[in-house]
Amino acid sequence: MDTEFLSGIFLKLLTGLPLTLNLTALSLLGGGMLALLLNLMRASRLGNTIAATYVFVFRGTPLLIQIFMIYYGLASFDAVRSSFLWPFLREPYWCGLLALALNDAAYTSEILRGGLRAVPQGAVEAGRVSGMSRIMVMRRIVLPLAMRQALPAYSNEIISMLKATALVSTITLLDVTGLARAEVSATYRAVEIFLCAAVIYLALSLLVTRGAGWLERRLSPYKFGVSA
Amino acid sequence: MTVTRRTFVSTLAAGTGLLAAPGLLRAQARTIRFATEGAFPPFNQTAPSGAITGFEPELVQALSERQGFEFELIAQAWDGMIQGLIDGKYDAVVDAISVTPARQEVIDFSLPYTTGGSAFVTVNETGLTLPETGIKVDLADEAGAKPAIDAVAAALKGKTVAVQVSTIQSGFLDTYLAPQGVTVRAYQTGPEAYQDLLNGRADAVMASVTNLSAFLKKNEGKVAISGPTFGGGLMGNGAAIAIAKGSDLAAMFNEGLKAMSDDGSLSDLSAKWFGIDVTPKL
Amino acid sequence: MDFDWALLGFGPEGWGMVLIRAGGMTLVVSICAFMLGLVLGTLCAWARIAGSRWVQRLAIGYTVVLRGVPDLLVIYLFYFGGRQVVAAVGTALGFEGPFDISGFVAGVLAIGLISGAAQSEVLRGAYYAVPTGTIEAGRVVGMGRLTLFRRVIAPQALTTAIPAMGNQWQSVIKETALISVTGLVETMRQVSIAAGSTQEHFMFYLAGAVIFLIITSLSDIVFRIAERRSLRGHQQGHA
Repeated sequence: MDTEFLSGIFLKLLTGLPLTLNLTALSLLGGGMLALLLNLMRASRLGNTIAATYVFVFRGTPLLIQIFMIYYGLASFDAVRSSFLWPFLREPYWCGLLALALNDAAYTSEILRGGLRAVPQGAVEAGRVSGMSRIMVMRRIVLPLAMRQALPAYSNEIISMLKATALVSTITLLDVTGLARAEVSATYRAVEIFLCAAVIYLALSLLVTRGAGWLERRLSPYKFGVSA
Repeated sequence: MTVTRRTFVSTLAAGTGLLAAPGLLRAQARTIRFATEGAFPPFNQTAPSGAITGFEPELVQALSERQGFEFELIAQAWDGMIQGLIDGKYDAVVDAISVTPARQEVIDFSLPYTTGGSAFVTVNETGLTLPETGIKVDLADEAGAKPAIDAVAAALKGKTVAVQVSTIQSGFLDTYLAPQGVTVRAYQTGPEAYQDLLNGRADAVMASVTNLSAFLKKNEGKVAISGPTFGGGLMGNGAAIAIAKGSDLAAMFNEGLKAMSDDGSLSDLSAKWFGIDVTPKL
Repeated sequence: MDFDWALLGFGPEGWGMVLIRAGGMTLVVSICAFMLGLVLGTLCAWARIAGSRWVQRLAIGYTVVLRGVPDLLVIYLFYFGGRQVVAAVGTALGFEGPFDISGFVAGVLAIGLISGAAQSEVLRGAYYAVPTGTIEAGRVVGMGRLTLFRRVIAPQALTTAIPAMGNQWQSVIKETALISVTGLVETMRQVSIAAGSTQEHFMFYLAGAVIFLIITSLSDIVFRIAERRSLRGHQQGHA
């Protein structure tokens, strides 16, 4: 084992970590907000159809195609290139982030929907009876319960997004995977370099799993013996 | 029952055979396997029928007739092309690979079949032009090349140059221009780099002059070569057939290439695909 | 932008036929990878339910690693590292080189392995959802382990597992798009080639998306029918 080479590669790959984390966090944030919006839309019939179609399309196609469509596909329209959006879509970073967030929204909205469905009707009624407004019921009762319910599935989604960011390396971004690919083409030592990258991602996803487990325990008050 | 080594081996072999259907796991090469990208027109490109055509497939065809060998063309993404050759996935690569000292450390080359030289291309509409257009710069002469490099770097400062990943051009840009404030963006394939130039994401593309010729022809009036042509040094001296280190194929290829150069068939092939003669006198 | 629809047709300049063939390749790769994943997933679930402590740890390690590493890296590792392994094994067995692992084999192995980790979780969950009473009842009437598995555990567990297995199948289909990095000509690779050759990026990526949507929605229908069929016994039981 060439430890000197490996530690050098490892340090080099770590410089891509900020971008990987940035894309993961912001795509989860953007995707989460869009997912909430999609679920609110489900209240009306038309909104329901739109939301269902959105989820169908984004869950039914590979993320790689979505990234390429946004990056190369949209840019081939003159209208897009002359629009106010171009300063953003011109940059690979924003295209990557947009694709990741749109994709995440489809999955998160389904997780959130499952969580919302699991909120007992009685809890909502109790809130209404005690004089809470609809928004307050949403904020104080429905969302906290739904989120607690959805947490295990959502921690999987966080890991999925973390792994999915690796695909932005196909549109010239230098995240951990992008740097690994660049190093491979310079040194032809594919296995060692990709293993280094794999270790970085593995460590991150273990951290997420641990963190989610901790949060889950915190959000389950009965485990602390607190009476409801 | 005694399990002899022979039966043990054949059982294992049968097991491996089941896992990898015939043709997927090759243990013996009968024909020479050439890898090419099939996405680097006009050197090599893929027709809707799936057939790989272009300058290089026809060159291999001509060589095979001349030297009397069977061949097979394998489509392989550029990412991992040289790695695959080192690993023995195929016996040779024809993919406009330039001969450079760095590559010669890991693989061998035949004689070159195109002349060297790389240049920038810009979009006319943007008004961006580079200095010293038409001048030939030899990178082997470091001191002599410096003024031209600095002039180009100054013109491109703060701008983005698109290039295919791990090519000699990306090596040149990383070495000479990136330290002077030029953003270098590396793409997996050549067409992606060109697409982003046309889309306005990149201000210039750097590629070999032979490769640029097809792009220029397709977008006549829209784009133009700008700035000097770089050759020598880490830019190498033209494209050649790449083979594994120590491979005995070099002599055979060289003999064929020389004969094709002598009787003019190499130039004819170049004229057919590039519109000009890009081949050296061998 | 005007679409030149002839490019998607079946004429000499049309990419229709190759796109359909590429779609077929996507399907073949997906089926092989899913089946491999099913075998690995079953073994792994079995190891975690009934294995010794050592075997359990091994199975857990496998799921943790495969769930934590990006699919793209797993594919790269199989593609680049696979040959080294094959060459080592082949040389040890006395074969002459050169050795090769194709994009197809590397892709199927990589995605099968990834899917196996996910499927093992699904199958394990499904096993635990089987009421223990029915297993005990089977034992009491004298069923052997195999009969018990075939007649009692598998039918009940499969019913629970079908929807989640459907999701796994959908993930496998989408993951196959990543094999395009090895140069295997499946849907994603084919649309990239076509987009690069014709400069019609939007049209061809859209065509690729449609091919995937057709495959995913058709298989959705198949899994729904399977789900309904598997529930038939239940409804009769309740009646």
